[in-house]
Amino acid sequence: MLEIKDLNVFYGAVHAIKGISLSVGEGELVSLIGANGAGKTTTLHAISGLIPAVSGTIELNGTNLQKISPEKIISLGLSHVPEGRHVFARMTVEENLRMGAYIIRDSARISENLEKVYGHFPRLKERRRQLAGTLSGGEQQMLATGRALMTDPRIVLMDEPSMGLSPLLVKEIFAIIQQLHEAGITILLVEQNAKMALAVSDRAYVLETGRISMSGKASELAEDDRVRKAYLGA
Amino acid sequence: MSTFFQTLIVGLRLGSIYALIALGYTMVYGIIRLINFAHGDFIMVGGYTMIFVVPAVLALGLPAWAAVVAAIAVCVLVGMATELIAYRPVRKKGTAMTALITAIAMSLFLENLAQAIPAIGPNPKVASQIFSAGGISIGPVTLEYTTIITIVISAVVMIVLWEFTQKTRLGRAMRCVSEDKAAATLMGINVNRTILLTFAIGSGLAAVAALMYMAQYPKVYTTMGSLLGLKAFVSAVLGGIGIIPGAVLGGIVIGLVESFTTSYISSSMADTFVFLILIVVLIIKPAGILGRNAGEKV
Repeated sequence: MLEIKDLNVFYGAVHAIKGISLSVGEGELVSLIGANGAGKTTTLHAISGLIPAVSGTIELNGTNLQKISPEKIISLGLSHVPEGRHVFARMTVEENLRMGAYIIRDSARISENLEKVYGHFPRLKERRRQLAGTLSGGEQQMLATGRALMTDPRIVLMDEPSMGLSPLLVKEIFAIIQQLHEAGITILLVEQNAKMALAVSDRAYVLETGRISMSGKASELAEDDRVRKAYLGA
Repeated sequence: MSTFFQTLIVGLRLGSIYALIALGYTMVYGIIRLINFAHGDFIMVGGYTMIFVVPAVLALGLPAWAAVVAAIAVCVLVGMATELIAYRPVRKKGTAMTALITAIAMSLFLENLAQAIPAIGPNPKVASQIFSAGGISIGPVTLEYTTIITIVISAVVMIVLWEFTQKTRLGRAMRCVSEDKAAATLMGINVNRTILLTFAIGSGLAAVAALMYMAQYPKVYTTMGSLLGLKAFVSAVLGGIGIIPGAVLGGIVIGLVESFTTSYISSSMADTFVFLILIVVLIIKPAGILGRNAGEKV
């Protein structure tokens, strides 16, 4: 579904992504793990067009995303849950969710998707009239995720969903990710929490200073000594 | 007592003109964090457009105020051109300071360009009567038609604008862009087009303000936007810049302060009090009357 080949990205003067290639198949949950500054978020930004790629190709079902302006990418079925949630703090929960469906003109479809999202996140329904800025971190993560689901995406990019959350909430968020995966949504997950990420993923890539150092089945990577030493604290 | 009411009405009228202009400042600031110093000069652009178009409108047998349609069109074009030619390229490459300097340059450019156009020149031009003279008397208080029209139209424009930002798809997109451009892009919102729309609306409001202002003070000159713009900017800051109801409230407060000072103290003290109030309010509440000093979880 998503095919990245020999991608190079500069972040200012820094050569942040140095020729990486990766792919995500239909229905797969693939994670991209690595230390802070390895280039995980930059990779996602390049896919969404928030940062231009210098060379290489990013294809979504055969469409070259680099030729498409960033705000049009969502129409191709790709949603992005950004790092740090980025909910619209001064809008209510429901307004945020409706903004997720900005590209949809059919109000019946919006209401249908809204109910679907509330089905995944009953807590958001309880707080539908609350301002997003007043939600807790975990709830904001749910909102950002729910907002990304409002278009019925074929693939969702998730950037550090567990960041800044308590261990209990981290578990809850990963349970939700698994639930979305089981519902058939294709997911590319970026996480510093390698342990949890490998536990829910089908496959994974390890990113080190802009290069992919290892890749394979998540269960096998979780057993790999180098991965265990560097990322799992074992 | 009648002086009090008369002063109150005059203050409201003046305040609603400031509020209309302040909305332009606040909307642009809200969306790109830029103080558009050229905004005051858009009023001048609207003013001269009216001066040139009113005779044609009258020749067609239409009322003079119909010329505001042309003024709105010209102001919208000038506002959008300013954003496209001057601000957008600078925003892409420069810092907030570069953008601010560009805005100051744009203001001076418009004022001097106007002066260089032979049909405009350095001397003020007098506008013809815009609304019919006269008014209605309620007891000892006289309400001029111009006053009533100014207050009513301003109120209607502000309500429509508020509903637009709250209820419509484009209005919501504007709010998203003003909060978070990256997230707005991810929602499928074209950020640059939304900013352009904001400039169009703000500049259109400046044209309406020009009409109201000229109905009261029928004189147009190239630097008329400076002090008017400054006071409207002060209104926006006073109410809490970036907040639409804040601009309205700030405008009304400034209008009332100016009118009461003129009536009860001295007209030469009016501007002194306007800026004194600004300083006092900002000492007590730095983010403005309706402003929030951030407090959102991130």
